[in-house]
Amino acid sequence: MAEYKQPANEQEFKENFKQKKPLMNDTQAHYESSRCLFCYDAPCMNACPADIDIPLFIKQINTGNKEGAAKTIYDSNWMGNACGTICPTGVLCEGACVYNNQDVAPLLIGRLQNYATMSVIESGKQLYSPGEDNGEKVAIIGAGPAGISCACELRTLGYSVDIYEAKSQPSGLTVHGIAPYKISNEEVIAEMNYLQNQLGYNIIYNHTISTKEQLTELESNYSAIFIGVGLGATASLNMTGENLNGVHGAVEFIEELRKNHSDVKIAQKVVVIGGGNTAMDAASGSARLGADEVTLAYRRGKDSMGAYGFEYDLAVSAGVKGLFNASPLEIIGNGSVEGVRFVKTESVNGKLTIIEGSEFTVNCDMVIKATGQAKQGSLLSMIDNLSLDEKTRIIVNADTNQTTNPKYFAGGDAINGGAEVVNGAYDGKLAANGIHQWITQN
Amino acid sequence: MEFTNGSHKTKEMNKKDKIDLSVNFAGIKAPNPFWLASAPPTNSGYQIMKAFDAGWGGAVWKTLGMPTINVSSRYGSTNYRDTRMAGFSNIELISDRPLEDNLREMAEVKRHFPDHAVIASLMVDTRKEWEDIIKQVEDAGADGIELNFGCPHGMCERGMGSAVGQEPEVLKTIVEWVMEAANIPVITKLSPNISHITDPGLAAVQGNTDAISLINTVKSIVGIDLDSYAPYPVVDGKGTNGGYCGPAVKPIALHMLKDLMQHPEIKSTPMSGIGGIETWRDVVEFILLGATSVQVCTAVMHYGFGIVRELEAGLINFMENKGYTTIYDFAGKALPNVTEWKHLNLKSEVKAKINEDKCIGCDLCYIACDDGAHQAIALPTDGGRIPTIIEKNCVGCNLCSLVCPVEDCITMEKFDDGKEHETWHELTESNRIPDTWNDDRAGGKGHYVPEPLEALATKRKDKSGMRN
Ligand SMILES: Cc1cc2nc3c(=O)[nH]c(=O)nc-3n(C[C@H](O)[C@H](O)[C@H](O)COP(=O)(O)OP(=O)(O)OC[C@H]3O[C@@H](n4cnc5c(N)ncnc54)[C@H](O)[C@@H]3O)c2cc1C
Ligand SMILES: Cc1cc2nc3c(=O)[nH]c(=O)nc-3n(C[C@H](O)[C@H](O)[C@H](O)COP(=O)(O)O)c2cc1C
Ligand code: SF4
Ligand code: SF4
Ligand code: SF4
Repeated sequence: MAEYKQPANEQEFKENFKQKKPLMNDTQAHYESSRCLFCYDAPCMNACPADIDIPLFIKQINTGNKEGAAKTIYDSNWMGNACGTICPTGVLCEGACVYNNQDVAPLLIGRLQNYATMSVIESGKQLYSPGEDNGEKVAIIGAGPAGISCACELRTLGYSVDIYEAKSQPSGLTVHGIAPYKISNEEVIAEMNYLQNQLGYNIIYNHTISTKEQLTELESNYSAIFIGVGLGATASLNMTGENLNGVHGAVEFIEELRKNHSDVKIAQKVVVIGGGNTAMDAASGSARLGADEVTLAYRRGKDSMGAYGFEYDLAVSAGVKGLFNASPLEIIGNGSVEGVRFVKTESVNGKLTIIEGSEFTVNCDMVIKATGQAKQGSLLSMIDNLSLDEKTRIIVNADTNQTTNPKYFAGGDAINGGAEVVNGAYDGKLAANGIHQWITQN
Repeated sequence: MEFTNGSHKTKEMNKKDKIDLSVNFAGIKAPNPFWLASAPPTNSGYQIMKAFDAGWGGAVWKTLGMPTINVSSRYGSTNYRDTRMAGFSNIELISDRPLEDNLREMAEVKRHFPDHAVIASLMVDTRKEWEDIIKQVEDAGADGIELNFGCPHGMCERGMGSAVGQEPEVLKTIVEWVMEAANIPVITKLSPNISHITDPGLAAVQGNTDAISLINTVKSIVGIDLDSYAPYPVVDGKGTNGGYCGPAVKPIALHMLKDLMQHPEIKSTPMSGIGGIETWRDVVEFILLGATSVQVCTAVMHYGFGIVRELEAGLINFMENKGYTTIYDFAGKALPNVTEWKHLNLKSEVKAKINEDKCIGCDLCYIACDDGAHQAIALPTDGGRIPTIIEKNCVGCNLCSLVCPVEDCITMEKFDDGKEHETWHELTESNRIPDTWNDDRAGGKGHYVPEPLEALATKRKDKSGMRN
């Protein structure tokens, strides 16, 4: 039975997609921050990919210096507010908090982080201003977490920055890809506006960079170029029936959900194929949209899933049923999808093998493929001397994020093959400093 | 259903019954030593009846004296992290209610609670005024009188309260007047706003007081408002010094109590301990230093009269475990162990020990010792977080065990064999104290300290490359 009723309006949508990490009030924040031990060489900080000085900002919250806390956060991470809500804190900072070693609940670091950042976003407090104009211009391709962070950092260093963005909103997958119960569109965009108002970079929307000519023009107009294009559309399964009506890519499905909320039509029976975090989000999302039956089908055993345990638990709590060791053979249907044919698998000496004769069909009227995003290979292949690794990830110098073409720097999903927003934020900042170093030394 | 539980309970109760908490404090009798200090909780008969009903054994009525006017606001507090009112400050004066109302209610309380102690706190100016008011409270049925020589704000500007408490000669004179006039026991309440508490203490004894209570509040400013630049509590843009009390002042009160209880001419005077008492443990500590009744204000203002349940249960539990039947069995028992520094055993040696199974790896002990003590704790070089004590460097200062957030994780272990005993006093007597800097007998000579430059070599770990 479905846990959720199909939302008929925005109010019901909000109920079904209730924020997982609501904003703390002053009292909660005060009591929670009081618990922090101010550890030496704090493990939480070591576990933060953006290296935020967590004990410091928590102490600042506790002493009533909310703005100072927000500054501490933004000094390390330009996506400070988004990260507070959407980072998998349980496996990062909060997972490393020393309290865990004593079976005491760890500090709620993510929510404290939001408490500080939301206060300045709401008040509009100016924490940064652009550095003195140094006459140099940098182009950024993609206004995702990596691109935006790179832009912010470059502006503090005095560069003019133009961001070319294919879509009509900033923040990339933060507003298009992340599950809606993690963060609302308004909250994401509020942070984007907050940053842009202070630092004044240009974003040229609806402007895809897709031709050699465009690249050549960028190269001649800008001192350096940052590539923050992330990944592409959902990869193809190369399977019969993929083009039937009712077969969707997970990233596209979630983007639709983020944009159109209760207007998105969900089918009665949904099969989600995949075992990563995106599959969990797509399955949870389908259930919260009111689908009667959501089956999450994964080729291997439950423990081999790439998704975090807490993401799977969240999907299950929304009513999703797991189907493991089921490898899809074909999507069946006549014009529209009617089911998915699977074959059972087992692990033999660590190798996934198909059990002959074990084929079966799960009936459904919608299939969501969460089988990874395609790489941005075609764009990247147009850039001279740009080396990619065997997984089509851009190769960069780990200290500067400079690519093998010295004029290009890169970061985010385009170099790591798909990680978290916080990694993109770190990369963008690192690359900005790499660009600064490269330009000032040339 | 089994009935063994029931009979068990009776046995428990019998055991509890053997304990007698009642006190006879300089002739003032009360069912227990838990009294309310003269303050807002004793402002009215209503409050005191409610308190007696809740389990308090006595109450010192809010100070009576002369007409006053109070300001608003009146209180400020010191909040420590998530702890509210770790210290509390007030700029309130003595009772502003009409004397007749107070006296009438006092008589009514005594009618309902004849066995509880009702003590009238008084503060007036001239000899005549003292004589008159003593007569009035005696007529109302008060069991005793407490002289308020402590209030450190407002009243002292009018030559009363701590203005008296800080002038031993004046204090003595007034105590003498009171002793001549009074037919009920007299307690002199002392102000801590003085260098040596024994000066007013001795003056009170020489004036023939029956008992002493201490401390009243400590002159203080709890904070400054960062917009109006006025001290808390702010009254129309200005403030004044307040009287500080609550948990923060307990150490000051304990010390002053000890000073009086070790003074040869004062120590036989009954002492009522006041200052920061909130838990049974506080009560026991005051009794161990010689108090035979305790008074509470801030804790009641914070939590209400109900906290007496915890005081009583805790005190009884302590007495049961130690085998005491009355508080007089252990009153003053800590006094012989409070000595001067020069009599401490220089040969005693303790060192810190970390329980690795309990350690959560916060490394606060490491940084506390390295930055704030003796560089006697090392971190593992393999990136682990469980520190180890470098025994040869540890001086046994206790710091790490105080900062460690885990219960009983760092313990201080005895290292000497207990056979040797040598004190600074003995060294002085036998002419063996070190007298030059390089004297081998001097304490710090052999102590390890790192070279100054090593400070710059131990930079924080570089974080780049931490991500994957
Ligand atoms: C379903 C899903 C759920 C996720 N959930 C989480 C989560 O809960 N927490 C978390 O931390 N991370 C999550 N992530 C990962 C996170 O969203 C990404 O790691 C992060 O957004 C990567 O940032 P980026 O800047 O590299 O790329 P993106 O966010 O992908 O941004 C790239 C931007 O570049 C633009 N662009 C692309 N090509 C071009 C072009 N040729 N010209 C111009 N513009 C272009 C795109 O329109 C986009 O705006 C999730 C990802 C997905 C898919
Ligand atoms: C608001 C307030 C008013 C007080 N008024 C009096 C008073 O009128 N007479 C007096 O002797 N002490 C007065 N005191 C001092 C208390 O009796 C007591 O000595 C002091 O608060 C320390 O005890 P505590 O730490 O339990 O609060 C007052 C204290 C407070 C907080
Ligand atoms: S590990 Fe936990 S307790 Fe220690 S500094 Fe970080 S948040 Fe605070
Ligand atoms: S007792 Fe003092 S000197 Fe010894 S390890 Fe602890 S902090 Fe350092
Ligand atoms: S302070 Fe206590 S818990 Fe923290 S590292 Fe030291 S021994 Fe371990």
